[in-house]
Amino acid sequence: MSDSPVVVEQHHGPELRHHFATVEQQRDASSLGMWLFLATEIMFFGGMFCAYLIYRLNYYNEFAAGSRSLDITLGTVNTIVLICSSLTVALGVRAAQMGKQKLLVILLLLTIVFGFAFLGIKGIEWYDKYKEHHIPGATFNADDIVHEYPQIHIDQSHEQIYFSLYFAMTGLHALHMIIGIGIFAFLTYEALKGKYGPQYNTPIEIGGLYWHFVDIIWIYLFPLLYLIDRKPLR
Amino acid sequence: MFDNFPLWPARASTGAGNVDALYVFLVLLATFMSVAIFIMIAIFAIRYRRQHNRHAEQIEGSTALEITWSVIPLGIFMVIFVWGALIYFQERTPPQGATEIYVVAKQWMWKIEHPEGQREINELHVPVGRDIKLIMTSQDVIHSFYIPAFRIKQDVLPGRYTTEWFRATKPGVYHLFCAEYCGTQHSGMIGQIVVMEPAQYQAWLTGGAASGSLAANGQSIFLQLGCSTCHRMDTQGRGPNLAGVFGKPVQLEDGRTVIADENYVRESILSPSAKVVSGFKPIMPVFQGLVSEDQLTALVEYVKSLSPQQSGAAGTPSLKPAGTRSEKE
Amino acid sequence: MATAAITAEREHYLNKEYGIRSWLLTTDHKRIALLYLMSITFFFFVGGFFALLIRLELLTPAGDLVQADTYNKLFTMHGMVMVFFFLIPSIPAVLGNFLVPMMIGAKDLAFPRINLLSWYLYIIAGLMMLHCIVTGGVDTGWTFYTPFSTAFANTKVIEAGLAIFVAGFSSILTGLNFVVTIHRMRAPGLTWSRLPLFIWAHYATSIIQLLGTPVLAITLVLVVFERLFGLGIFDPTRGGDPLLFQHLFWFYSHPAVYIMILPSMGVVAEIVPCFSRKRIFGYKAIALSSIAIAVFGFLVWAHHMFVAGISLYSAMIFSILSYLVAVPSAIKVFNWTATMYKGSISFSTPMLYAFGFIGLFTMGGLTGLFLAALGIDVHVTDTYFVVAHFHYIMVGGAVMGYLGGMHFWWPKISGRMYPEAWGRLAALIVFLGFNLTFFPQFVLGYMGMPRRYWQYPAEFQVLNVMSTAGSTILAVGYILPMVYFLWSMRYGKIADDNPWGAAGLEWKTASPPPTFNFEEMPEVTWEAYNYDEIPAPVEVSLER
Repeated sequence: MSDSPVVVEQHHGPELRHHFATVEQQRDASSLGMWLFLATEIMFFGGMFCAYLIYRLNYYNEFAAGSRSLDITLGTVNTIVLICSSLTVALGVRAAQMGKQKLLVILLLLTIVFGFAFLGIKGIEWYDKYKEHHIPGATFNADDIVHEYPQIHIDQSHEQIYFSLYFAMTGLHALHMIIGIGIFAFLTYEALKGKYGPQYNTPIEIGGLYWHFVDIIWIYLFPLLYLIDRKPLR
Repeated sequence: MFDNFPLWPARASTGAGNVDALYVFLVLLATFMSVAIFIMIAIFAIRYRRQHNRHAEQIEGSTALEITWSVIPLGIFMVIFVWGALIYFQERTPPQGATEIYVVAKQWMWKIEHPEGQREINELHVPVGRDIKLIMTSQDVIHSFYIPAFRIKQDVLPGRYTTEWFRATKPGVYHLFCAEYCGTQHSGMIGQIVVMEPAQYQAWLTGGAASGSLAANGQSIFLQLGCSTCHRMDTQGRGPNLAGVFGKPVQLEDGRTVIADENYVRESILSPSAKVVSGFKPIMPVFQGLVSEDQLTALVEYVKSLSPQQSGAAGTPSLKPAGTRSEKE
Repeated sequence: MATAAITAEREHYLNKEYGIRSWLLTTDHKRIALLYLMSITFFFFVGGFFALLIRLELLTPAGDLVQADTYNKLFTMHGMVMVFFFLIPSIPAVLGNFLVPMMIGAKDLAFPRINLLSWYLYIIAGLMMLHCIVTGGVDTGWTFYTPFSTAFANTKVIEAGLAIFVAGFSSILTGLNFVVTIHRMRAPGLTWSRLPLFIWAHYATSIIQLLGTPVLAITLVLVVFERLFGLGIFDPTRGGDPLLFQHLFWFYSHPAVYIMILPSMGVVAEIVPCFSRKRIFGYKAIALSSIAIAVFGFLVWAHHMFVAGISLYSAMIFSILSYLVAVPSAIKVFNWTATMYKGSISFSTPMLYAFGFIGLFTMGGLTGLFLAALGIDVHVTDTYFVVAHFHYIMVGGAVMGYLGGMHFWWPKISGRMYPEAWGRLAALIVFLGFNLTFFPQFVLGYMGMPRRYWQYPAEFQVLNVMSTAGSTILAVGYILPMVYFLWSMRYGKIADDNPWGAAGLEWKTASPPPTFNFEEMPEVTWEAYNYDEIPAPVEVSLER
């Protein structure tokens, strides 16, 4: 736990806020702050993962059937999209550290593009669910799933719980993606103004942390929602 | 005790005294500890008050003291824990052969059904000296069946059965309260537990216009809904023969084994595919929405009656109360 | 020391800038603390008003003051407002915000703008809650149990749930700010083992705020979704499980009670050494016990569910864990008491509140032992015994700690002394009023009176009347400080930098402090509570 050193007049840019003694202290504080925030996000999503776990154990058939009704191609594409976006983020942090402003801006924009691609594909998936009457609520109807698996009894109220959790989890994840895109739009704007370089790139770093986290949530959501049971049917 | 200023309710069950004993111990312990702390503070505050003691002695601490006053309380707490746990264990383990009475809670009343068919609203008549087990469910929200004189309470949940048991020791009329907030008339959802001498109780039982015993009702519903078509009394049926099933382990399709208790029977009626018996197909129709709570109660009693000496010994050796659908909670 | 003339001209955080913009857009942690002070005081009186109405209704067995539905809204909103809009923020947002940077020798918290955001989130949440209250209210109980809240209540559940969600966010950000500040911004030489126990307490509290509140957030989100879209996650008629709600809810709401009590324990740990002129007894034990409470506090939630339908074995596990979490609290009480041994005790108002805290917290904590005992809990859960237990801790404990802290640091915050005689009188009134209000409720609970009852059997009336009488006295005790604190801002004696002769970096700067807290950043070479080196102050007189 580093204490701040005895304060000495330092040359620092305008980015050093006055309550911090040194740039290092500011950067450490920002980084720790973001990690702690991500810990709270883990707890936030964790409540839903807990509910998911319990209901999956109890309603396995309905969860498996619901999972198979999702489009695995689109889900896989989205996973790849997000992983690519994390790559552009990581490369962006590096570009900032190396002072390559133009490259940084391109990478940030690419990240945003990937983010929109993800949301677009998710939108298509949700629209499919809407057409199939799998959106929970008054219009929910899982007759198609019931008929698809005649040898297994599917309880529609259990099936609705699967889809409730599906929409809650992917919905909150998408919300976090939208916020992430907003953050990156802001970072792009600041990067265009030349704000980031080797001496100061903390916002890129902590924005990147946030984006990676949202990506990792998806890495968990994908197998849990899409890959419950994809074995060929007996 | 003190009639004009009572400190606890009447003790009218076998368990009440045990609860009160622990309570009195805890009151004495708490009083002793509180008084000890108060006196210490008072002594220090007065003895070492500023006018009297200008100079404070700097004392860092004492590991020996820390250990002492951590270990001793911990030891006392463990004693309390074990004592409390033992009482709880007894409270949650109904004895074999207890008479079973069904309770259906709804906003804002208690509906009670004796196995002999006698029905009551907001009142429960029981004989002194008999083990009574209540099997309870709710038609809407969570309620809680609380009898202060017996020192027992159990939440009553929609969608499943929970149980509590007691043996009354003193004839009299005692409060029944709903103890889980359930809406507008939560404080009006109260009633009476009427404990009678056995002879009086018998008289009361046969006095009312009983509409047949619960199990007999259940049998007629069983026929009426067509259950007997598949659940025949031989091995030819498309569903398992229910004779002798209640209270025994059942092997399921997916390899699990469960005990056929009240919750199992209820679930099998409302959501048959949840636990399909090994060797049978999942073709039983779903009766969710087609049977009322009262009918479910009667059906469960009927299935129970098909097992010899089973009425009153539901869910026997396993220690889980009939209220647990799964152990995760 | 500074004379009145010099102090009046010196620049400090209050007179540095004037105007409403300078307050609403401030990033100075001290001003933000005062913004919080005003808002939480407002909500305290809102919640207190509901409490008074409840107690008035309960004067008679019949429901004759308000209707049943209204009564149900009263206790619900009393709980929600007091828990989320008063108790949880109180000490951290007011005293913590003001003091944490000063106690560690920093110029501000790590994220001053996020600190301001926290306050705005709190205000937005508060406005949502007020709107909910005036447009119909909510009647689910502050505990929102399902399926009542999701499928049966026809009051403003969604709005209340969202208001609390936003308030939770405010709480999370405050916790985040404190943890980063304490880790990264301590003055040179200020090692962990030299930190004031107030800091340790806030550190532990912040950990709980960070890790626990998000679970409440998601639970409320799911309740809102369920109500909006007719889902069935918590509704058995639609395949769901009402007990899942209870587990998720209590997973936060139990640690939440430690959020509410730990800071006031930190306050007491500052007051007792100062008014005993002695270093605290067992510094390490108290520091580590705060952390232990935070950790163990996450492991006991289902002791709120012993009769809810959980398994026998779950119940046993949670019972034994609940006894374990009681041990660190006991350790603290013993250490505080031992601090007074061979001290030099003064009876100033903060010390009176500390005495009250120790006594009442001890009683409240001991009654927790009753509730952790499974066999007893079956009888007393959901009765007034529980109500008495938690009010002993929350009001007898946390609120007294808060008031003690306000009196202790008032000179630092305002540059003025409150009138000592009135301070002592108010403390006494609070103590007496409190006990008269809540002690009878223990008896009521064991007698079998359930909680949340609008009407009750006649045999419970005498104790209810006693309780109501006490509540009116308590109300007077709370109004008095409001009045004399305000009075003191204009007419109070001008305070010295360190009127109590207290240890701690915050006392080494002016009262009120300059905006950046210290003229020169300190470097710490001494241990905490170095009362052997600090001379005792002149005893604060009872005049004025």
